[in-house]
Amino acid sequence: MNEKKSSASAWKSIQIGLAVLLGLFVYAYGFDVTKVNLEELRSERRQESLTRVTRTLAQPDIIGYEQQQAIVTMPLYVPCPAGGLLSTLPEADTSGAYLTISPACAAPGETVQVEGFNFPNNITGPIRFIPGNDPLNVVELGRESITTDSDGHFSASFLIPDRISDAPQFIRVTISESVGKPYFTQNAKDTWDKIIETVFMALLATTAGTILAFPISFLAARNLMKSVRSPLTSVSLSVLGWPIGMGLGYFVVNQVGKFTIPLSENIVVSLLSVIATPFIFWFAIRWALPQEEIKVPTLSVRLTRLLVIFIAILVAFFGFFQLAGLTTSISLGIEKALGSLGFLATFLFQVSDILRITTPALGALAAGGALASFLGRIGQRTAEKSPAARVKTINFIVASLAGATIFGLSGWLVEWLYQVGRVEYTFWGPIIVGAGLGLLLAFLTKPKATLPTGMVVYSITRTILNALRSVEALVMAIVFVIAVGIGPFAGMMALGLHTIVSLAKLYSEQVESIMPGPLEAITATGANRLQTIIYAVIPQIIPPYISYTMYRWDINVRMSTIIGFVGGGGIGFLLQQNINLLNYRAASTQMLAIAIVVASMDYISSVLREKYV
Amino acid sequence: MLQVKNLTKIYDGGVKALDNVSFEVPKGQFLAVIGLSGSGKSTLLRCINRLIDPTEGQILWDGEDITAASPEEMRNIRRKIGMVFQHFNLVHRSKVITNVLAGRLGYVNPAWSFLNRFPKEDIEKAIKQLERVGIADKADQRADELSGGQQQRVGIARALMQDPNMILADEPVASLDPVLAHSIMKHLEEINKKDGVTVLCSLHFLDLVHRYADRVIALNQGQLVFEGYPRDINDKKFKDIYGRDAERVG
Ligand SMILES: Nc1ncnc2c1ncn2[C@@H]1O[C@H](COP(=O)(O)OP(=O)(O)O)[C@@H](O)[C@H]1O
Ligand SMILES: [Mg+2]
Repeated sequence: MNEKKSSASAWKSIQIGLAVLLGLFVYAYGFDVTKVNLEELRSERRQESLTRVTRTLAQPDIIGYEQQQAIVTMPLYVPCPAGGLLSTLPEADTSGAYLTISPACAAPGETVQVEGFNFPNNITGPIRFIPGNDPLNVVELGRESITTDSDGHFSASFLIPDRISDAPQFIRVTISESVGKPYFTQNAKDTWDKIIETVFMALLATTAGTILAFPISFLAARNLMKSVRSPLTSVSLSVLGWPIGMGLGYFVVNQVGKFTIPLSENIVVSLLSVIATPFIFWFAIRWALPQEEIKVPTLSVRLTRLLVIFIAILVAFFGFFQLAGLTTSISLGIEKALGSLGFLATFLFQVSDILRITTPALGALAAGGALASFLGRIGQRTAEKSPAARVKTINFIVASLAGATIFGLSGWLVEWLYQVGRVEYTFWGPIIVGAGLGLLLAFLTKPKATLPTGMVVYSITRTILNALRSVEALVMAIVFVIAVGIGPFAGMMALGLHTIVSLAKLYSEQVESIMPGPLEAITATGANRLQTIIYAVIPQIIPPYISYTMYRWDINVRMSTIIGFVGGGGIGFLLQQNINLLNYRAASTQMLAIAIVVASMDYISSVLREKYV
Repeated sequence: MLQVKNLTKIYDGGVKALDNVSFEVPKGQFLAVIGLSGSGKSTLLRCINRLIDPTEGQILWDGEDITAASPEEMRNIRRKIGMVFQHFNLVHRSKVITNVLAGRLGYVNPAWSFLNRFPKEDIEKAIKQLERVGIADKADQRADELSGGQQQRVGIARALMQDPNMILADEPVASLDPVLAHSIMKHLEEINKKDGVTVLCSLHFLDLVHRYADRVIALNQGQLVFEGYPRDINDKKFKDIYGRDAERVG
């Protein structure tokens, strides 16, 4: 037994040894591929440029003064002429600032003493060697600078570089004096503009993302979706309902728009309609949807109600179009009057545009959803009440139609994406395959059995979320830059999309971890699924939702500062440009702005979180 | 009249929580369900309003087959069955009045309840139920600010909002101290005797059974081991229900 133990421990030691060896190997390779090299860091060249860049970074370009520049030069010979022609050098004019050099000539590599007099007090400026015999030559050598004392005097030793000439060359001291009041530099103003753009990009992305992630998170929550099951008849009919309903809805709402948009050019008409439609809608709905009903209404009452609701919804869409028209008129009317607040008018105009574009889409979605749920209900009822044989027959028909629809639409998408151009592959083929699969499914399922539709929706949602979440927002930004052009809109779209997918994931995990008790209790009262969500789920998830949204807001602010690196707008664009131009003082301003914004957002969100969560 | 016929429930993991259970409850009876923890009491009560789908068997309520009801019909059945829970199952962050109003969700038009709008009569009714259980002054507090006994009263008020014909109470007093337990049981008794509501109540303590129940059924490992009047539980029956090693106290 002892032997066994020792052999086991020996085996263990070998394992540990191998693990260490493997670790060594992995890290050695890692050092090699990441080119870890501290020698380079210690090299003089690196140290010097590091110092220089760090010093520039420490002086952000924010405030500027009007500069008054004075250039003082003094000739000297390099090397000393053979005949000692010192007298040919002119005397310095001692009435203003002037330089003296001793000795007045030197060989390359020697040092001369330069003294300055009558300079402004306590001022720093570069001292340079100017080759050639033009004192205003732009070429200059040297890196030294001088600082005058309180008498306007300085004295510095200057190393003569390796430039020789027979003609006199020059030592030049440039001093600039700040005069007048300080002002914000152009760079500071640009930074301000861009940082505002950045913050709002993050704000819009977070808002849009939160709004859309909210409903999606329920679809991605296992505990809610698991119990959703419906018979094949119902599923197939809903699948058919979606495209048909969306098509019809889009068509009808567009027709409404076509006939009523001209009306909205008259501001009185549009104003009256915008005021009247909510009332009409409200009363129609009040009448058609009684608050509580114990007895089941008769068929004719039900049909009338349906008709009234339909008309009410048409009226509502009419109201939307009128609202869009009214907003456009108002924005155009007040743009001039608003002056510097003109962006408010632009905002209104954009909102009306968004309203006009999204209204038909909304109509399509609403009609699609309505028709799908209506047909789904009919399917449910058929499956429950009809004899099994008839349900089976119906299933064969509707399942094959639904399969054909799904595959046909997918084929259409493929055609659109890849432009195959072969109808038999992208249209007839998929339709036949889909219909066949539908038939097979109808054949295999018992007519009255229910399918786990909830889990199917859950899996699809989860898969899409996970796939999209693994794409970095920066990469998405590149795609959106191609789609909508360089600028903050692309950045906002990318951040918004990333926000949707990551928040939906986080939210749905919260939904999955709620207390099941209240859910059970509300279900037991006879509440339907949506009521259960509203009364049992939402109250429980509000605090974590707020906290996740703020956390995401933090991330979005951070991300929006660098999304400009790929053309997504915001301050990153400016920062990258300045870094590329080696304009470190300007870049430093942007870094400072980013730091301030991120830190203050951090602070604000932590305060809010403490308060509300 | 509630008829349970050959009810069996096997959970996904293979646990047989109910094993061929049959019994009947006449209208207006107070039926106690007793048994050790894990014997299947909660499963039985939840099968009756189909919070859990039974594996086999049939439940008939006034002739209507609950086990065969469609989801749509199930909502209408559930709204006539109130339920009270051991852990109260209130929505903590909602107001007491909202919790009580939730009892009306099976009646109101869903479209309106999405907007948190309830008919005026329902709101008045909710206040009345809270008065009935003696906590009308707490209506606007958050549910989790209430004590356990008060929370259970909110639970009862919520069940009453449903105008129930039957109340399922799953160990309603197991998390409360004895004094509070009696006050809660008295509310259930009053609802049973005064309003004629059938009550199915699972209980731990035999003294509560003797004090409040008209009839008793007992479960042991999912099987019905006793059905009769509380006074008929003698020492032998007791050992059948609670096992050989159990000792009678009190
Ligand atoms: N959701 C579930 N999944 C699997 N097994 C369960 C589940 N709920 C309860 N059980 C099991 O079923 C049996 C009966 O449980 P339960 O009805 O809760 O008993 P009681 O309420 O009498 O304590 C227990 O063995 C329990 O472990
Ligand atoms: Mg239990």
